[in-house]
Amino acid sequence: MSESARIWANLILILAAVFAFSALLSWIERRLLGVWQDRYGPNRVGPFGILQIVADSIKLLTKEDWVPPFADKAVFVLAPTIVAVTALLAFAVVPIAPDIGVVDLNIGLLFFLAMSSLGVYSVVLGGWASNNKYSLLGGFRAAAQMLSYEVFMGLALMGVVMLAGSFNLRDIVAAQENLWFCVPQILGLATFTVAGIAEARRLPFDLPESENELVAGFHTEYSSMKFGLFFIGEYVGITLISAMIVTLFFGGWLGPLLPPLVWFLLKTFIVIACFVLLRAALPRPRYDQLMAYGWKVMLPLTLVNLLITGAVVLSAA
Amino acid sequence: MLENYFPILLFIFVGLAVGVVPMAFGWMFGPNRPDSEKLSPYECGFEAFEDARMKFDVRYYLVAILFILFDLEIAFLFPWAVVLNEIGLFGFMAMVIFLGILVVGFIYEWTKGALEWD
Repeated sequence: MSESARIWANLILILAAVFAFSALLSWIERRLLGVWQDRYGPNRVGPFGILQIVADSIKLLTKEDWVPPFADKAVFVLAPTIVAVTALLAFAVVPIAPDIGVVDLNIGLLFFLAMSSLGVYSVVLGGWASNNKYSLLGGFRAAAQMLSYEVFMGLALMGVVMLAGSFNLRDIVAAQENLWFCVPQILGLATFTVAGIAEARRLPFDLPESENELVAGFHTEYSSMKFGLFFIGEYVGITLISAMIVTLFFGGWLGPLLPPLVWFLLKTFIVIACFVLLRAALPRPRYDQLMAYGWKVMLPLTLVNLLITGAVVLSAA
Repeated sequence: MLENYFPILLFIFVGLAVGVVPMAFGWMFGPNRPDSEKLSPYECGFEAFEDARMKFDVRYYLVAILFILFDLEIAFLFPWAVVLNEIGLFGFMAMVIFLGILVVGFIYEWTKGALEWD
């Protein structure tokens, strides 16, 4: 197969797989929540209810696609596109298996951080353009929350970079041949997971869209497929964070017996299931608690982790 | 070097299509029946009052400013972390001093109450 054909095949397959899986995730999540809350969840459409997502998309498509006359129309339409596209783009650098992956960048980790921070624009722009009080409040909350947690998201990964000596995600996976980084970088794993949940605006950190205070937060005025894109964007975000946690801390595709691709998918799915369990188990904090937690607990913790890891790496060298 | 990024460029275009196509479908298949209630901003049963772009808390600004400070610091840390093995103890101590100065600033803003939200 020629080089460009290989790139195209990888690109289309990965995009399609991520998009389909993220859509499917909305069903998986509802079923898992059902298990943990001792009820069935959607089980009517198709085997085990798996076609629920088809029914949902048909329903979304036939709803009125509404652009409010009081909104900034161009920005209003742009915002849901940004959220889905930036989250998808970050998957370009995720090394799924030794020969599967769109591109092998020497600054893969930076690319991921850049794309995940671009995501904040969609939320803020969507909240502002809606010209609705709930949306605006949700947008502000999202901006402050995502900025705060982004500060130590990068810091939490510095330990991994020091141990691997590279930003290249394939090098980072290869460096975990003997020992997964979740052992020496347990603090980094904990802080990165928290930051990841906050970046993906998932429960317990979903204050920008907390239903019982802000209706639906920044996407109050969105309907039809525009709402659907925000929805899918959130699930792509979850998949992305899970895939990154697996790549950076749990050895990516490494594992005995089974083929690399199976290991990667298995690990990613377990991490996603943990995220769903978090949603089922934890209540939502107040906003001041959320900000205090980020700045006063997580940021010092990542700095300590950074210094310890630096000292250990140097003494080992 | 630059050809490394060609797949990214392709990915941007295909990704954009993935974002735009569902929206176009929604716009084509959805009904369009506006009425006066639909055309007003949603406000939980109230008639909409005032402009939605109201004054907001200055602390959101403060968080943004703090973010810029700390994000710059992280920009310094990225290249440092990747070559730590080569620059050795000298590089490590330099970064400890840099972080020390930063922590002094962090403690100052903490005691000043810039991190309080109540």
